[in-house]
Amino acid sequence: MNNDSLSFWERLYIKEVLKGLILTSKHFFRNMKVHILNLFGTKTERKGAVTIQYPEEKKSLSTRHRNLHRLTVREDGSPRCVACMMCETICPAKCIYIVAGEHPDPNIEKYPVSFDIDLGICVYCGFCVEACPEDAIRMDTRMLEIASYSREGMKYNKEMLMDHNKYCKKV
Amino acid sequence: MFIELFLASLKIIFILFIVLSIAGLLGWVERKQSAVMQDRIGANRADIFGFRVIGLFHPLADAIKLITKEDFIPPFAERGLHTLAPFMTLFFSLVAFAVLPFGSELYIKGREIPLQIVNLDIGILYIFAMMSLVVFGVLIAGTASKNNYAFLGGIRSASQMISYEIILGSSIIGVIMAYGSLNLMEIVEKQGDLLWGMIPKWGIILQPLGFLLFMTAVIAETKRIPFDLPEGESEIIGYHIEYSGMKFGMFMMTDFVETIMAAGVLATLFFGGWQIPFLFKEGFLFPMGITVKLPHLIVILLQFLSFLIKVLFFCWVLMLIRWTLPRFRYDQVMRLGWKFMLPLSLANILITGIIIILFI
Repeated sequence: MNNDSLSFWERLYIKEVLKGLILTSKHFFRNMKVHILNLFGTKTERKGAVTIQYPEEKKSLSTRHRNLHRLTVREDGSPRCVACMMCETICPAKCIYIVAGEHPDPNIEKYPVSFDIDLGICVYCGFCVEACPEDAIRMDTRMLEIASYSREGMKYNKEMLMDHNKYCKKV
Repeated sequence: MFIELFLASLKIIFILFIVLSIAGLLGWVERKQSAVMQDRIGANRADIFGFRVIGLFHPLADAIKLITKEDFIPPFAERGLHTLAPFMTLFFSLVAFAVLPFGSELYIKGREIPLQIVNLDIGILYIFAMMSLVVFGVLIAGTASKNNYAFLGGIRSASQMISYEIILGSSIIGVIMAYGSLNLMEIVEKQGDLLWGMIPKWGIILQPLGFLLFMTAVIAETKRIPFDLPEGESEIIGYHIEYSGMKFGMFMMTDFVETIMAAGVLATLFFGGWQIPFLFKEGFLFPMGITVKLPHLIVILLQFLSFLIKVLFFCWVLMLIRWTLPRFRYDQVMRLGWKFMLPLSLANILITGIIIILFI
């Protein structure tokens, strides 16, 4: 064992131990003061702990954060999507399944009969949003708590993606 | 005869109640204190009807969990010894409290009641004897489990305890020389005297080096973190690897009871036990001539509270040390004990002896 790098005082442990104890007790008393002030309802500038108590308290998300997808809609409430299959093609996880159908309006040409995303496979890369020529799919719902007891429950269809507020909670 | 028996059992129940309730709370204190030290919040989720009470229900939940858990004895273990070991550790660690004085004599209707369960003349030796018997429980747990990890833990605890009991013993010889007694009640009474008429004659002032050595050795005795080689949670789990349910709970309880014991002995030997500076039987007598007369019962209550606060303070300090220092390696523990602390404690005895011969 190499002890050469330690000086005599360091090898005695006492000074180093005291330094450590002073540091930890400093933290202890500072945080205790804040906790006690909070208990009596006094607002303090700093928090006594860095913990975020998750289900009750939530971390604020970055504006660029990618989360649950949504399908944007036209004025009449139908999806903006034209079923061009760009997103399905670029998707690296192959989690988007689109069945296209003929739209009555010849200017639009196509519309998705079904639009399913398997969120259990999705890697949240955002390529579908980048690829979309119609701005029909976005990942800005601020919804993260996508959880289910079954694999089937992770599959979101067209209606769910358009009416996402019903199926998922905002963070 | 009968009334003495009654008073003795009353004192035993009182001490047991206090010790066990502090030991139960220490689990909570440990979690919360470490959390506050590390800028965290700590366990606070256990609730009864939505009331969380800063996590105070966690010890309760732990106890319920441990009691209702399956009590498993491994098929190759020595059944009798395997069962005996946790009872042995807990019993001997609790029995050691018998000689700790928690107040001076209480006078009620002409009867003198010393606030100490038994007044043994060998007081401090009795505590050490009981603390070493705890090691036997740990050793039995290690060997009776028939598990190599438990066996390693048992061996480590035996060697660590043997090394540190020598330091434990030799570091208090200075205190015994300074007060001229092994009786804890007498040691505490003598700490009420004043040095040069103003400084209380506490052990920390007469024996600062002895205090440092004793504190280190007593932490090693409690098998907690800087010296937790018998447990070694990251590598061998330790002597209680084959225990489940309340038997494991008893080993954990022993750790906390021993921490209180260590705090109690530290307070008794080095911080004046139940003494408050300048508080005498009649009340406060300050050196400048100011006196505050207090009734007898209030004096006794103040003494008891002072002892309790000292014990709680040392519990806090021991927790602080446990959550600050990393653990020693095995060779470092042995080197610290034999090559560093033992010579220092012997030097302490020598210096104390020279001072006593020359100046007193």
